[in-house]
Amino acid sequence: MNHQSEKGMTFIVKTVTKLTLGFILLYGIYITFNGHDAPGGGFAGGVIVALALVHVMLAFGKEASLKLLSARTLRLFMATAAILFLYGIFKGYPKAIFGNEFILPLSEMIIVSVGLFVIFIALVLVPKSDKRSE
Amino acid sequence: MIEINILLVFMIAAALIAVQVKDLLSSVIGIGAVGIGLSMAFLVMKAPDLAIMQLVVEILSLIILIRATIRKDLPFSTSGRWAFNTISTIIFLILFLVFAYLSFANIHTFGNPAIKTSQEYLSHVQGKAANLNIVESIMLRYRAVDTLGEASVLFAVVIGVLAIARRAWRRDGAE
Repeated sequence: MNHQSEKGMTFIVKTVTKLTLGFILLYGIYITFNGHDAPGGGFAGGVIVALALVHVMLAFGKEASLKLLSARTLRLFMATAAILFLYGIFKGYPKAIFGNEFILPLSEMIIVSVGLFVIFIALVLVPKSDKRSE
Repeated sequence: MIEINILLVFMIAAALIAVQVKDLLSSVIGIGAVGIGLSMAFLVMKAPDLAIMQLVVEILSLIILIRATIRKDLPFSTSGRWAFNTISTIIFLILFLVFAYLSFANIHTFGNPAIKTSQEYLSHVQGKAANLNIVESIMLRYRAVDTLGEASVLFAVVIGVLAIARRAWRRDGAE
């Protein structure tokens, strides 16, 4: 993702996006794991992670973000989250180090973030139907 | 409960503006004002979890509404009315700092949380959930209902996307 490409927004927006992306992702992960016994949770953290991905897509344009997060990568994330969820279901609650209080919010966060980002991609990539319907 | 009434009046006014105004971007901003007011109402009624949820979903839906439904380039003016803009910006900054100071002065100390539901759980969960294992009841009954609500929200979103995008996809398939 170079600064000089014409796609996306201006130089300032791209630099600020590069600087703040890690903090937004970290805040989403914090909300996810802190939601075990405080306000927050998997859904809110997932929406924040999806907002970070949408942020990248708005700043760098369609092609760069889809090259970074291809359909194969998104499918891999979704499958990993489903396997983690099944693992948490079959493991039961009161177990040792990596208990369900981490597994279930983590899988929910991945599912929600990838799902909302895919919905955003679908809404952006749908061809401009408002002109042809007239 | 005067705060709730003020917020309700604000939300109703913003909703009326969003419905009645001609410009599409102003209507979207009115919808955003309604969402922020609802988030503040949740905060006043001491439901911070719902407030966080409402705020982030509102931001995402606003981005989707602005970016994906308004196709034209948004008007972006940099000239004119600089005195009004500067004065209003300073006023809102002062308001923000005052309310931030008040909220940080009233924040709860460490070890004294704002939500005191744990004793409620301990005393009522055995009778309500009909289960001796309290942790299991909280994980699989209360939180499962919570997750069911979130999953139903996602299904509603998927149905909405299909209802909007179905005709365009079908027309592309026909061509």
